[in-house]
Amino acid sequence: MRVTALRRMKLLTHNMLTSHVKGVKNGYPLKIEVNEMKIREVDFNPEFISRMIPRLEWKALYEAAQSLDVVGNLSPEVVKDYENDEDFLKEAHRVLMEVEVIKGFLICPESGRKFPIENGIPNMLLNEGEVGDAGPSQSGTSQDDDSMQ
Amino acid sequence: MNQTSRSSTFPTPDYSHLSVTDFDDIYEPAEDSFLLLDALEKDVDFLNSLSPLICLEVGCGSGIVITFLRQILVAPCLCLAVDRNPKAAQCTMRTGEQNHVQVEVVTSDLLNSFQPKLDGKVDVLVFNPPYVVTPPEEVEVDGLARSWAGGINGRQVLDRLLPDVHKLLSPKAVFYLVTTEENRPDEIKQLLQQDGFHSTTVLQRKSGPERLSVIKFERRLTAVT
Repeated sequence: MRVTALRRMKLLTHNMLTSHVKGVKNGYPLKIEVNEMKIREVDFNPEFISRMIPRLEWKALYEAAQSLDVVGNLSPEVVKDYENDEDFLKEAHRVLMEVEVIKGFLICPESGRKFPIENGIPNMLLNEGEVGDAGPSQSGTSQDDDSMQ
Repeated sequence: MNQTSRSSTFPTPDYSHLSVTDFDDIYEPAEDSFLLLDALEKDVDFLNSLSPLICLEVGCGSGIVITFLRQILVAPCLCLAVDRNPKAAQCTMRTGEQNHVQVEVVTSDLLNSFQPKLDGKVDVLVFNPPYVVTPPEEVEVDGLARSWAGGINGRQVLDRLLPDVHKLLSPKAVFYLVTTEENRPDEIKQLLQQDGFHSTTVLQRKSGPERLSVIKFERRLTAVT
């Protein structure tokens, strides 16, 4: 029997995603509605985590952890001298890399538009009517209406 | 050249898990894909010298390019991949798994969902666009042709991405792009030059009627540091 690895979205990826539904002024951070999630052990690399900290929105990460009930000992703020704080980095690693959302939705904080997470991959495609003028250039081609909730 | 005649130092990622059925919907790796792998391999020392933290492939298709990039980079980094086609996104994740590397995948249109949060943060950007010259109405229609139909001068999709490149890239970043002669590469180079990039042709190859190039863009530094 072949075992298929479950595909998943990490909170590290979620931290970088923004909703660009037409008319939305601030589509970040996306809320997360979880139907299925798991915790998976991933090798801890303190240098990688340390380098990643400045490229993250820590508040969004903390809120995501709260909503998934995985806060544990995650600090609500980035601590001073975090590069040398192994406990801080380990908790950051756990929340960023080991929490995996398999099924659920990312929800635009302003419009409520739900983007499905299918097999662990967020589908951020917009329908034709949702494509706005503001924000980065994007295609207006329509897609399945199934994704519109 | 086909995938079996590529380098053995950095072999082509395994994509034996993908089948004929998959290739009804996603782009089967071809000469352009292998040229891009060869170009990245040629630049492996340069790429590692950058110590990239965040890499992004736009239009990841089967996933072999982002998987390959993750394999040749020595230090841990976040490898992100995006594709407009949800099936390509799924294939990319499977290809990462098949080759035991971590790739984070999102289904999205070009850089759409990753901006503005990734602005100024991407260290390596890779794009093998739909570059074939076709009538404009064939561009961005759902189906396999989306992966290769490039419209006027084969540039319609690429031209949507180009204005955002300088915003997305970090100060020391590099952008690898696959083009054909018909895409007017000199024009592309000029457009990015206006945004502060200088270009180098990394590799060129003739494949049937196509003259393919992989061009690398880096920011012009005003002073040597």
